[in-house]
Parts: sequence; structure tokens; C-alpha cells
Amino acid sequence: MDKYISAPVKSEELLDLRSGDMVYITGTIYTARDAAHKRISEALEKKETIPISLKNNIIYYLGPSPAREGKVIGSAGPTTSSRMDKYTPELLDLGLKGMIGKGKRSKEVINSIVKNGCVYFAAIGGAGALLSKCIKKSTVIAYDDLGTEAIRELEIENLPVVVVIDSKGNNLYETAVGEYCELD
Amino acid sequence: MIRNINVSEITKNIKEMCIEANHYLSSDMKEALDNAYNTEKSPLGKKILNQLKENINIADKETIPICQDTGMAVIFLKIGQDVHFEGGNIGDAVNEGVRQGYSEGFLRKSVVSDPLIRNNTKDNTPAVIHYEFIEGDKVYIKVAPKGFGSENMSRVFMLKPADGIEGVKKAILTAVRDAGPNACPPMVVGVGVGGTFEKCALMAKEALTRNINEHSKIPYIKEMEEELLDKINKTGIGPGGLGGTTTVLAVNINTYPTHIAGLPVAVNICCHVNRHSERIV
Repeated sequence: MDKYISAPVKSEELLDLRSGDMVYITGTIYTARDAAHKRISEALEKKETIPISLKNNIIYYLGPSPAREGKVIGSAGPTTSSRMDKYTPELLDLGLKGMIGKGKRSKEVINSIVKNGCVYFAAIGGAGALLSKCIKKSTVIAYDDLGTEAIRELEIENLPVVVVIDSKGNNLYETAVGEYCELD
Repeated sequence: MIRNINVSEITKNIKEMCIEANHYLSSDMKEALDNAYNTEKSPLGKKILNQLKENINIADKETIPICQDTGMAVIFLKIGQDVHFEGGNIGDAVNEGVRQGYSEGFLRKSVVSDPLIRNNTKDNTPAVIHYEFIEGDKVYIKVAPKGFGSENMSRVFMLKPADGIEGVKKAILTAVRDAGPNACPPMVVGVGVGGTFEKCALMAKEALTRNINEHSKIPYIKEMEEELLDKINKTGIGPGGLGGTTTVLAVNINTYPTHIAGLPVAVNICCHVNRHSERIV
């Protein structure tokens, strides 16, 4: 089913999403990938404040290519989510509601998604040029020294994603693959 | 006759090839995506393949990289033995081409100087350069930017000779199934069989640069390529790993003689953005 949601997310909209839904997201989201996650985690450990509020927000696992003159951003597709697994349950416990990436998640992350009523979305890996068209504004808000890995605040309009793991723990990577598998 | 080539010519070509490879996909890859779109059975899979086709058009028309991971630059240099390079060191010239290409082409700088300390070099150097000497007085250059979503899912298996052809097929299938959605399917699978530990990995990498409509010239290897293509497309992984009948666009296998005690197999997985640019200087 095609659905439209806003970000930051509203809990009732999020809980209504089901594994396999095509979702178009409009609003404000944040980017963070490997190095930013590591820094956030280290800051939390030292009880320092972190540069973004996690509550009801969505993180996009993205390190864009540089913007050409007059453009908002360069190519902007998802990176592999499993590298963030180590840091994710803690962020979900702190109120993060959604993640956009690609690829499998660990059991710990899936359990935490269910426990906290969150959703894991996949954007289409390798469609960075197409996805960049949905990004209307991009501002580096922290860790500028990390270059492409800095934290950016993005204004997005109808960013197309698919619900892979919903708040009940249904996992499209398992169900859909099973549906088309013709091997033993 | 010795032919002198100024290394600045290599720099200029590498720079242009880095930019070209990251913005325009070769016609065999585009054709394969078109065919996949026509045959894909999953409605969601079809939707995704359509997004990928659209993505290639946008990249081409608006000069935006096809994928934000513009890769680590892998360069194959086949150098005619009658060539004499002048004007500097050939390795430096290649890296200068990468530096210029990634900076002037607005490509992402994804290389860290030390694998554990991890500071970004900010110009995407150094490249990984593979040199080979051949007859003649020309230089054959291949630039293959390699993204790491799929690189991370690649594997080397040191099989036993007794594992035979079934063992090789099983290894390839295992690598692809483990990769699943992480490697941005539909994938291209490059395989090296034989040689030594490092030789098979290098063959697998180079197999990815083969035109995907071309098969191995060895009849039984060609058969294996076709069989695996069919089998992997029955795994159900599908476009984006979200289920479907298009999981791989090609399986390219290269072979080399090996030791009486061994059967090395390397599986280098590439996403659907299988980029490479080739030139002869």
C-alpha cells in the first residue's frame, strides 16, 4: 500500500505502517552514518549532550556526494544499515523512531524496534541521483570535520521508502524473499 | 621501437574516466536493467527496477553520480613492454588523475588513510592499482570505482580439490545469499577460480569488468555461468532484496591454473551500479 507520513513522526502514523508498504516521507530528518554514530555513542557514554534531538525523529544512513554549484546536495542514497547495529538499540531507547537505510538488521535491533514501537525503512540502494531530487534543503549541523559523514538536517519531500521491519517485527527481507524463492 | 608516453597523459585520462564511470553506465548494464524490468514478476520488484532506470537517466541528464558511493578507485593498467613513461612516476600520475577526477567531478571522497585510525584523505587517494605487462606499445586502462556495500559482502573460499565443481557452485551461491539486500541487488557477480589466495581475488575483481553479455570462452565455465545465473535468480532475493525474480544480471567467472592441493574461489559482488570505463592510450 502507498502511504504518506510526516517527519518528525506521529506515533499513530508510524504504528499504522506495515512491512511491505511503500511510504513517502515529507518533513525534517537527519543524516548519520558510521563515524557520526560512533561520536554520538561516545558522547552518550560520557553523559555529554548530543547534537540532535532523537525524540520522534528519523535518521537516514547517508553520506552524500558533494553538491554541484546551485544544487542542494549530490547523489544521496542509503548506505548499509548493519554497520550501525551496534549503536542503534541505545538510540531507539532514547526516542529515535525511524531509520532509513538498506540491508539486514541484527536481532538486537529488531527486538528494540518492537520494544520501542519504531520502523526500519529501506530506500533503494544505488538510486542516489533519483533520491537526491526529494531533498529540498541540506544543512550540516554537527561534526563538519567528518566531511560526507557529518550530521545533516534535511528537508525532504515525498522521499520514497519501503517499510522493511514494522513496529510488530514483521520483516520484509524474510517474507518477500520466501515468496519468490524456488530453491530448497 | 620504444614509445615514449608522458605520464601527464595518463593523469588526464584517469581523471576523465573517474568522472565518466560515475555518471554514465555502460550500455550492456542499461540493457540488462531494461530486460530485467520486462521479466520481473514481483510488482514491488518492478517498481524498484523502474526507479533504477529513472535513476540512471537523472544521473546522465543532470550530471549527478549514479550512486553517492563513488567508490574506491580500482585501476587496471596493462602496459605494453615497449612503452617508456616519462615526466614522472606512473603511480603518482594515476593518483593525481584520481585526485583531480574526484575533486573536479564532485565525487564523494570515501578513502581513509589508515584502516584503523580512519582519517579521510579528502581526495579519494590512494587508488588501488593493478599493473600488468603485455606485448606492444600501448597502455590499456580500466577504471572501476568500487562501492563498499557490495565489496563488504565479497568472499574468498579456499576449497579442497575434492569439493570440485559442486563445491564451487555452492560457494558462489552461499556468498550471494549471505549478501542478500546488503549488496544492492540486482548484482553482478565476479568470480575467480584457481591460482592462489590473492590471484583468485584479483580475477574475481577483473571479471566484474567483463561485458555482461559475454561469457567465458571455456565451454564448461560458460555453462556454469548460465546455470548459476538461473539458480541465483531463483533465490527470491530480488531487486533491493525485497523479493523477486531479478537478483543477478550476470555471473562472470575467470579461471587460472592452480596448485595440486588447492581450489581457491573468490566471489566479488558488485551492485547494479557496475561501473567501469576503458581506454587505450
